Amino acid sequence: MENIVEMRNIRKEFPGIVANDNVSIELRKGEVHALLGENGAGKSTLMSILFGLYQPEQGEIFIRGKKVRITDPNVANELGIGMVHQHFKLVHNFTVTQNIILGRESKRFGFVVDEKSASRRIRALSERYALNVNPDAKIEDISVGMQQRVEILKMLYRDAEALIFDEPTSVLTPQEIHELMKIMRNLIDEGKSIILITHKLREIKEIADRCTVLRRGRVIGTVDVASTTEARMAEMMVGREVSFKVDKKPAVPGDVVLKIEGLNVLSARKVLGLTDFSLEVRAGEIVGVAGVDGNGQSELVEAVTGMRSVESGTIRLRGRDITKQGVRERIREGIAHIPEDRHKHGLVLDYTVQENMILETYDQKPFSNHGLLDFPEIRKYAECIVEAFDVRAGEGVDSLARSLSGGNQQKAIVGREIELDPDLLVAVQPTRGLDVGAIEYIHKRLVEQRDSGKAVLLVSLELDEILNLSDRIVVVSHGALIGDVQADETDENEVGLMMTGIRKGESA
Amino acid sequence: MTPKVDPAGRTRRWTIPKKYVNSLFAVLLGLIAGAFFMLAIGRNPFVGYFYLFKGGVMNLKYIGQTLATSTPLILTGLSVAFAFRTGLFNIGAAGQMLMGGLTAIGLALTFEHMLPRGILLAVIVLGSIVAGGLWALIAGVLKARFNVNEVVATIMLNWIAFWTVKYGVYAFFRDPQQETQSKAIDAVASLKAPWLTSLFPGSYINLGLFLSLIALVIIALVLDKTTLGYELKAVGFNRSAAEYAGIKVNRGVILSMTIAGMLAGLAGATYWTGYSSNMQIDTSSLPSQGLDGIAVALLGTNSPVGVLFAAVFFGMLQSGKGFMTAVTGIPPEIADTIIATVIYFAAAAVLIERVLDAWRKRRASKALAATKKGGEE
Ligand SMILES: Nc1ncnc2c1ncn2[C@@H]1O[C@H](COP(=O)(O)OP(=O)(O)OP(=O)(O)O)[C@@H](O)[C@H]1O
Ligand SMILES: [Mg+2]
Repeated sequence: MENIVEMRNIRKEFPGIVANDNVSIELRKGEVHALLGENGAGKSTLMSILFGLYQPEQGEIFIRGKKVRITDPNVANELGIGMVHQHFKLVHNFTVTQNIILGRESKRFGFVVDEKSASRRIRALSERYALNVNPDAKIEDISVGMQQRVEILKMLYRDAEALIFDEPTSVLTPQEIHELMKIMRNLIDEGKSIILITHKLREIKEIADRCTVLRRGRVIGTVDVASTTEARMAEMMVGREVSFKVDKKPAVPGDVVLKIEGLNVLSARKVLGLTDFSLEVRAGEIVGVAGVDGNGQSELVEAVTGMRSVESGTIRLRGRDITKQGVRERIREGIAHIPEDRHKHGLVLDYTVQENMILETYDQKPFSNHGLLDFPEIRKYAECIVEAFDVRAGEGVDSLARSLSGGNQQKAIVGREIELDPDLLVAVQPTRGLDVGAIEYIHKRLVEQRDSGKAVLLVSLELDEILNLSDRIVVVSHGALIGDVQADETDENEVGLMMTGIRKGESA
Repeated sequence: MTPKVDPAGRTRRWTIPKKYVNSLFAVLLGLIAGAFFMLAIGRNPFVGYFYLFKGGVMNLKYIGQTLATSTPLILTGLSVAFAFRTGLFNIGAAGQMLMGGLTAIGLALTFEHMLPRGILLAVIVLGSIVAGGLWALIAGVLKARFNVNEVVATIMLNWIAFWTVKYGVYAFFRDPQQETQSKAIDAVASLKAPWLTSLFPGSYINLGLFLSLIALVIIALVLDKTTLGYELKAVGFNRSAAEYAGIKVNRGVILSMTIAGMLAGLAGATYWTGYSSNMQIDTSSLPSQGLDGIAVALLGTNSPVGVLFAAVFFGMLQSGKGFMTAVTGIPPEIADTIIATVIYFAAAAVLIERVLDAWRKRRASKALAATKKGGEE
């Protein structure tokens, strides 16, 4: 079969680390080729090289058998390579069409941009691949899933043949993932070829033909997906067996830590995002909040952590009313928060790892004294977290947060929040973008947190994670709490049904 | 096979901070442009530059003059750089400097015969700092409370300050002999110190130089070593993350702006009660140090040490141009052109970075291609 892309003996170094070491990979025409590897294994780096964002120190690239030098993304476009990045690159107050033709329009001698015909072509493409995108909608008005499709259209508009997807599903809801899989199949049917980076083995099983496994910058092997088990792939990737089931004893709930009563909260769009919401979380239990995205989860999290003010109702922590307290006071009272959006809230990307590890505690002893930062103490503390949570970066705690791989950024945040040893840990999608080994470890730490008598409020869109980790599951729909069940007395079907808004006991 | 390359050697070679390279390039390009201008009017650029730089440093008088010219530039540069580092664009250094200067002149003329020199100078200096700070505070509050862009606010405040000084000086401190300027302050109220002036005879050097260096050290410490600097930089880099961490973002914006204003205010004192001894009100433009401060900050890559070098460099061109003109007849506008060109290139540092990147890339891929000789093409 013809190879559309072939990368041979690629080597790429960053200060202190070899991100790609003699990596070879080939993409056959018409296949979905998965790229699997631990966080920081070098997947994004390899694809960035193919897309012309980085130059390799060594190695060569062949496109349709011809040796090429991809000096920048424009060259990649010319060669028919497209990429959907993990973090989209769209202009929010532009329309879909404007975003797609951005950077293309100038080639037609400047000012006469023919938006109409572009819009027509985009509509046709959207229909052909069943993407269902409105070319005239503004980016800020469409969902994340739709934005991703705009990125896909961008590649198709540029006639890309080889499509790179870097962790496309980590930002999607389960429903959107399902649809993306369908879209990918359409793309393959239309003769495209796909490289898919993902940490979810199930997705690889579902859609990929072959899978190349990377570990610490090297290729471990390329396998035929149909004849390989998920467990085998996981083992190739981390070098040991991985347990997918969380191992935990029954919970021993203690005193009420978080008590929410009659909470009404306005959403960003100034409508009630949470209505008359009440919830208790006790010491020693993990309460999972299940629900379709956008049903009040963000409002709940922001109200509890103090990032959004409430209209009415009370929030109590260990009996103390904290409804009117600011974010910092609540942190001091013992609330920690793993945020949903790691780049927006979780990290100051231009700070180093060690600076990020004291984001909430920099003004406390031992990290500062009379307003002066104590760098040796900060370094020591950061090194502890990096060590415990296996945060890998070229220059250790001196690396800029920006330079870390996505998963390592996430591990750093999770580590920082768990190390606060909070009475209440609000964990939103805590394992987003993590490899299976890291997920196993984070889950273990969350259970440990519970076992030491702390309360954990887990918000996740992944039903598996909720079912696996929680002791009690509450379901939100349209800003209201519509279900509250013990995790060991329920199953995927029941929770899934409740998520659609049907209360327990009511029949569908 | 491809030859092994030493990774350590390579990384070391490329880790010379790019930002300094850019600044040096900006200076170099500015000088080259200036050379072309000199050639264009039929002068020898080597001779021109020789006298330009000689004029900045040839004897104690000119060295003193260079330092005296640099003094307010250090402070306005620092003001802009500090704001930049905390995510704000302070176009208002000129206005803050004017308000600081007006306050300094006002305090000097009012108290010069009442207070002993030490206390008098302290009052003048502190007054100018407070005035500059308060002036910038307005922009900070507008931004924090009403989301008014600080660029717009500080530009408007610049002109309000301009007219305030015009009418303030005319109404209260006018020189009866010459109505377009304030009365001159007494030597007792001046930041010029006899011992310093005798070290650099004939120059306008004054104690402001030491004040600016002290300010520089304090700002460097605040930015790099304190929790305050940590907070303010976090707000500048990522507002949302700062909010998430419970940092009071609005307070940070107001505070940053105020500190920037305090620095520019002090520049006013060093200029009008140090370098000069009265305020002219017959001008139609803002003091040049305001905009030059932006250039100094850019060229100094917003770091205190960089600001010091950039300010002294500009000060040297400013003070050397007179000598160049006197000796060679090259018009002083050439020196201004060089300064403008350097500013231009410093501002275009991003562009320069791109060019350098492309050049590096090409070199890297050339090296790559070279290792492939003999392989298929
Ligand atoms: N621009 C950069 N500067 C310095 N180091 C970098 C840079 N980009 C990546 N790295 C380092 O290279 C290594 C590989 O990173 P890469 O992003 O390719 O990992 P990844 O396999 O995509 O991981 P993840 O699954 O977490 O996204 C990491 O150790 C990372 O810290
Ligand atoms: Mg990645």
